[in-house]
Amino acid sequence: MSWDIVIGIETHVQLTTQTKIFSGASTSYGMPANENACLVSLAYPGTLPVLNKEAVKKAIKFGLAVNADIAEHSVFARKNYFYPDLPKGYQISQFELPVVNNGFLTIGDNKKIRILRAHLEEDAGKSVHGILNNQTGIDLNRAGTPLLEIVTEPDMNSAQEAIAYAKKLHNLVQWIGVCDGNMQEGSFRCDVNVSVKPSGSEKLGTRREIKNLNSFRNMEQAINFEVNWQIEQLEDGNEIVQSTVLFNPDTGETRAMRSKEEANDYRYFPDPDLLPLKITQEDIDDIRSTLGELPEVSIKRLVEDFKLNDADASIITSNKKTYEFFQSLISEGLDPKITANWIVVNLFAKLNDNELSINESTINKDQFVLLIRRIMDKTISNNAAKKIFDLLWDDPKVEVDQSIESLGLKQVSDSSAILPLVQEVIAHNQAMVEQFKSGKDKAFNALVGQVMKLSKGKANPGQVSELLKDELNKV
Amino acid sequence: MALTDKDIKKLSHLAKINIDSKDEEIVLSKLEGIIKLIDSMQKVNTVNIDPMSHALDITQPLREDVVTEKNQKNDFLKLGPESNEDHFIVPRVVE
Amino acid sequence: MKNLSLKELNLGLSSKKFSSEELTKFFLNEIKISNPKINAFITVDEEKSLQQARDADKRISQNNINELTGIPIAQKDIFCAKGWKTTCGSKMLDNFYSPYDSKVIELFNQSGAVNLGKTNMDEFAMGSSNETSYYGEVRNPWNLDYVPGGSSGGSAAAVASGMAPASTATDTGGSIRQPSSLCGLTGLKPTYGLVSRFGMIAFASSLDQAGPIAKSAEDCALMLKVMAAHDTRDSTSIKQNIPDYQKSLDHPIKGKTIGLPKEFFNDDLNQEVKIVLEQVIDSYQKMGVNFKEISLANSHLSIPVYYVIAPAEASSNLSRYDGVKFGYRAKEFKDLEEMYLKTREQGFGEEVKRRILVGTYVLSAGYYDAYYLKAQKIRRLIAHDFKNAFKECDLILAPSCPSTAFKIGDKTEDPVSMYMQDMYTISTNLAGLPAISSPAGFINKMPVGFQLIGNYFDEATILNFTHQYQQITDWHQKTPGTDI
Repeated sequence: MSWDIVIGIETHVQLTTQTKIFSGASTSYGMPANENACLVSLAYPGTLPVLNKEAVKKAIKFGLAVNADIAEHSVFARKNYFYPDLPKGYQISQFELPVVNNGFLTIGDNKKIRILRAHLEEDAGKSVHGILNNQTGIDLNRAGTPLLEIVTEPDMNSAQEAIAYAKKLHNLVQWIGVCDGNMQEGSFRCDVNVSVKPSGSEKLGTRREIKNLNSFRNMEQAINFEVNWQIEQLEDGNEIVQSTVLFNPDTGETRAMRSKEEANDYRYFPDPDLLPLKITQEDIDDIRSTLGELPEVSIKRLVEDFKLNDADASIITSNKKTYEFFQSLISEGLDPKITANWIVVNLFAKLNDNELSINESTINKDQFVLLIRRIMDKTISNNAAKKIFDLLWDDPKVEVDQSIESLGLKQVSDSSAILPLVQEVIAHNQAMVEQFKSGKDKAFNALVGQVMKLSKGKANPGQVSELLKDELNKV
Repeated sequence: MALTDKDIKKLSHLAKINIDSKDEEIVLSKLEGIIKLIDSMQKVNTVNIDPMSHALDITQPLREDVVTEKNQKNDFLKLGPESNEDHFIVPRVVE
Repeated sequence: MKNLSLKELNLGLSSKKFSSEELTKFFLNEIKISNPKINAFITVDEEKSLQQARDADKRISQNNINELTGIPIAQKDIFCAKGWKTTCGSKMLDNFYSPYDSKVIELFNQSGAVNLGKTNMDEFAMGSSNETSYYGEVRNPWNLDYVPGGSSGGSAAAVASGMAPASTATDTGGSIRQPSSLCGLTGLKPTYGLVSRFGMIAFASSLDQAGPIAKSAEDCALMLKVMAAHDTRDSTSIKQNIPDYQKSLDHPIKGKTIGLPKEFFNDDLNQEVKIVLEQVIDSYQKMGVNFKEISLANSHLSIPVYYVIAPAEASSNLSRYDGVKFGYRAKEFKDLEEMYLKTREQGFGEEVKRRILVGTYVLSAGYYDAYYLKAQKIRRLIAHDFKNAFKECDLILAPSCPSTAFKIGDKTEDPVSMYMQDMYTISTNLAGLPAISSPAGFINKMPVGFQLIGNYFDEATILNFTHQYQQITDWHQKTPGTDI
């Protein structure tokens, strides 16, 4: 029997604001426990929430970026449940009337993933387990941090699609400046709803929600494990019980949570301490004017204006930092295609090897520019440039021109110097010349190789080809 | 709507208020009196009436995103029923 | 000093007839004498009060004096006051010393008033008799066997017994007006949003509103002038020009119209109360005020609607008392769940627990539409009735309470009969309107009041009408022990 996989994703995006969503406490990350816990964060008797303007603006900005409807009226509700890191005993969240409705993102070959809604809410604090035997410590620094919860329709049908959506969303929220995207610090958290159903069946299966996914690798592993587990259960004649599961990165497995889920009757009702949020067309227009160019548009531009291929263009726009880096290089007058190639192939290889993101790149930009310029002006070959790039990666103080000199990597582009070498190779490789004459193109490349070898790699390969072609015609 | 023992147990669980089994009956009867009182709303026709959550028809004011609170951790932890120098302490939370 | 009005106290202070310290000592002494039998105060802190008094005297000596500078005011124990034990009448907060000031306390401090102490109240303001307080019942100064009303029973009893010149109070369903009526005082519940709720411990957020209890409309005007202010820390606080309530007290009322809701003046109205109200009407007519019958057709639904909305909001507002961050925590428990269950079982009293359970019930899955949503819809109908009524009149006259004070213990076994105490006051909380209760006479030697309800933010007219009535009557000047 074959199965269809159905996946929907809820993403909690921490909005980059200075202060919490309902109080003037700082949201700075990594503070000692409870230093950002103010009266409101602690739910002191008599304290009241007042909404942060910036959080609202960022929610609207996101909505505009995914072509969504921005609600003229939205309402904050209370979601009631007891948990030690939820100080009020309720979470303020938007329930019936969220601020963002009906948007979409496209992945892969133009597949639309519908975004049902995105709503503002407050984050909970953190429970620190195992402080002492049988005790949990409560740190309320995070309590009240603004979150935008972005909910898709169950439009994804494989782990690959889920990852593609999540990566695209991850890029977008950073691109438009509403989230720092740091998954390790919990700024971007995905809960993935997975279900399976017999192929072609109309009826959705029972879903399980996977929590605690702090990397795309974990997400992929967790979905694959969960899908296989569910299929196994169903094929064994068992039923899936709707539940929340945690992914354990050490074992690569998911397991049902023991708490939280029992009798979750959240008793939502409109928060009487907060009034309806009104957003005018004018507000929306103001925010739209700050949105800037979105990745989709940037890709098009790279392909149309700079003639990059689709693959390079989509990698360059896979995050804003890369795109900005590319733009800044181009503005120095560098050739777009060579530059794109160098970022996508060489720079990314180094970053990947070192498990770094573009944000963490230590490459000396000025020298990197110079390096590409030396390729463009034919001072060095691409291969020679790679050697210097290795040095530059290891030590940002390395100077490109000095290295070209000291390593003797300067390319010979002077015809009068190359011609004798070409003639010598033709004279000594008559067999290859014959093969070339009889139509074997491979022989030509071999002859080029011989000339390069004779020049100790310094001859300009383009020029070698040209001269060789001319000389062979004369033979 | 008549209340049952099961309802009382559920409410006790949701509201996190222990109700001694010997008190259940009296709690139930007093709640039933109140439910009866509020059930008198049911006969009112409220078709096409918008619910009213607030007395005044006004909208939410917004706060500038500026830090106004300072660290008062030491004072606050001292007010906690149980705390160490960094955290409020509760019995172990099972996930 | 005991029976002086706020204006007279202000005059005495500014003319240096007495100092704030002397005045404060006088009332602290009154508290020492009377509080043991009345139980109007939960917390008195002589040192703190006298320090404030000395600071006020300094201000006065520099001629930096306004209406309330140096005058001791009793504060309902629902307002967080920095360094003061703030209990809200609950064991849950018996060990809670507030680390911050509520907006109301901040405003009194700024005006230079002296915090005379924290007054007793029904636990979390849930009650109409002040019998649900963890700190014991408050007694009515007019007859110690009777309740003073609630939830602001301590605030009312403190003023009625002469332990304080005036007090703050809060009103969610009648908690200012009912005790004012039962204790022979003037108490004003302002328009929702006029006085900040910041630092005022929440009972039902969409209904709670703070206001004064005092000996006259004039005193209420002076108190409200201090209390009313826009506050950016309360999202529901209204940006509104605060009029000079004192100035308009003497405006002419001749030719104005008071509405009489036919639903309140029917056969259900207590005959003795009805007679008192007829005398009030007569007094106003003599001043040239016209009366007109109006209709508040849905007012009979205000009690059921209130007992859905208030408990629903309360059940959520009181979830923060979980034994984790502050307040009471049970001593013995085997795990987190039991810690919650026992902390809340032991920390809350019966009435509070009952309302949390009701609120939990009306919000729970399957009942939300039938109760909570239904109540919110009827709330609109009730508010709409008032809107129409105010097209025809300037103010509405109503009973404050169904009767005079009842005996301690009389209604504690039957919550629903207790809830009926608020049948004439609740609808204004649901609509968010301002209303006052003013003394109107006595029935069997116990005071009784009448209620004037105004349009939104029309406190000035309410105070004006009440003041005019108090110019031609002396019910508000009677004190316990005087011949009535």
